[in-house]
Amino acid sequence: MRQWILKHRFLLMRRITQLGILALYIAGNSYGFHLLMGNLSSSLIMKHIPLADPFAALQMLAAGAIIGVDILIGAVIVVLFYMVVGGRAFCSWVCPMNMVTDTANWIRKVLFLEKVERKLWLGRSIRYWVLGLSLILSFVTGVAAFEMVSPISMLHRGIIFGMGMGFAAVLCIFLFDLFAVKNGWCGHICPLGGFYALLGRMSMIRVKHNQASCTLCMKCKDICPEKQVLSIIGKESGAIVSGECTNCGRCIEVCEDDALAFGVRNYISSASEK
Amino acid sequence: MSNLESKKIVISQRRKFLSLMAQSIGLSALGGMVWSGYLDEAKAAPLILRPPGARAESEFIRMCIKCGQCVSACPYDTLHLAKPGDQKPLGTPFFIPREIPCYMCTDIPCVPVCPTGALDKKSVSSLSEGVETLDIMKARMGLAVVDTESCIAFWGIQCDACYRACPVMDSAIKLEYRRNERTGKHAFLIPIVSSETCTGCGLCERACVTEKAAIHVLPLDLAKGSIGGHYIKGWDKADEKRLEGISTDVTTHTKRSEKSATDYLNSGEEMFK
Repeated sequence: MRQWILKHRFLLMRRITQLGILALYIAGNSYGFHLLMGNLSSSLIMKHIPLADPFAALQMLAAGAIIGVDILIGAVIVVLFYMVVGGRAFCSWVCPMNMVTDTANWIRKVLFLEKVERKLWLGRSIRYWVLGLSLILSFVTGVAAFEMVSPISMLHRGIIFGMGMGFAAVLCIFLFDLFAVKNGWCGHICPLGGFYALLGRMSMIRVKHNQASCTLCMKCKDICPEKQVLSIIGKESGAIVSGECTNCGRCIEVCEDDALAFGVRNYISSASEK
Repeated sequence: MSNLESKKIVISQRRKFLSLMAQSIGLSALGGMVWSGYLDEAKAAPLILRPPGARAESEFIRMCIKCGQCVSACPYDTLHLAKPGDQKPLGTPFFIPREIPCYMCTDIPCVPVCPTGALDKKSVSSLSEGVETLDIMKARMGLAVVDTESCIAFWGIQCDACYRACPVMDSAIKLEYRRNERTGKHAFLIPIVSSETCTGCGLCERACVTEKAAIHVLPLDLAKGSIGGHYIKGWDKADEKRLEGISTDVTTHTKRSEKSATDYLNSGEEMFK
């Protein structure tokens, strides 16, 4: 049991933060416990510190809205935070959709669906196109385009304020990830993930690889939802610098050689260690 | 040329890049058209009542970040965020007065919490001696409209439920007394709504005794007409001011009107030949 917990320490911690944040929102909105109010689009910590989804703010800006001071400050706080902890740390530590797609992925594994996969290919760069498209469409239609269709917002808004038919959208993502494309939503399409990936290019906390202790078992590549970021495994030591890495820590958990660990990125001596 | 003879076509990196870009842009255009088509449909919901202080619908929908802080601030659970399936712009706050109307709190808790200003504090504040104080009476969430066919007061039955429920009593809804010719000895107590003071809170709609409310709140855009520049109260100096900004060129020009009209009836030249 202890071994299992150790092997799933980041997974457990991620579930605790994901569910904890949702619980705090529910407590804040329905039970008068005002530590965290609002939802992931915009919220208020302890009634004073504003937070805002920077991607939503960007879309509103594109749509021609005047951005209020609260939203501006909130978005800057969130941007700075993820600059430190890793852009897509949002995806694996906060976003509730992660639990849905992780479940799909787990079932995929249990049922050996990968072995009989239908060939349906999606590029990993689709998210950046969707990201650009949502800004263009916000500008054209005068309304935050992705926020109007975002299944992520439907999910967290649904959990906090009432689901309605929102579960259908979430089910669509689940089925798509389960039967169509592995990591289809989070790893290919989601423009919010794309946005945080761009943000994460410069972020501080990264997974670091120690090539000397790597035995090339490739378990990390097997478990990683964004395999392309692990290109340096077994080749050179250094940090996983791609913004698409979600800092989920799954590779660290499966590594039996201590070749992977979270660390602070070294910006200065980029020649020897990126 | 048979397959054996055909050479493998090699394309340059540049050509490969250009083709890839063309394909991506094409697919984006396809997706964009579908997506924007949906957006145009989805943002158009004329039958929706917004919280107090909400800006005009097009502006509101642009600014609302869908955080739900107004919803959780409301002590009466009046406000809801539109869920998928509600047929309303997704995630934006609204209320249904027949279920829970706006009880017009004097401190308007839902407005100051709005982080984006989609709910405009200024529009529900009144200025007195340089100090801005929240004033819920300035809210214009909608306008109550009476269906005279189903309102039992128009039958001659004495019902003043809406009149009594109205928080702007005897101003937003007034009772007009009219002689009931049918009985010859009673009066109609007819509810008349004034758009000048009605806040659209919906307490009247909630109170209405008929099966489906005979008085209901409609969004202002839908409930109100607009006079335009063609009609003016000639007896009212203030009303004539409306004409000031209107362009003087109101003549319609057509192909025919470009030729000067011949006034054959009054010129009389034909007659005296």
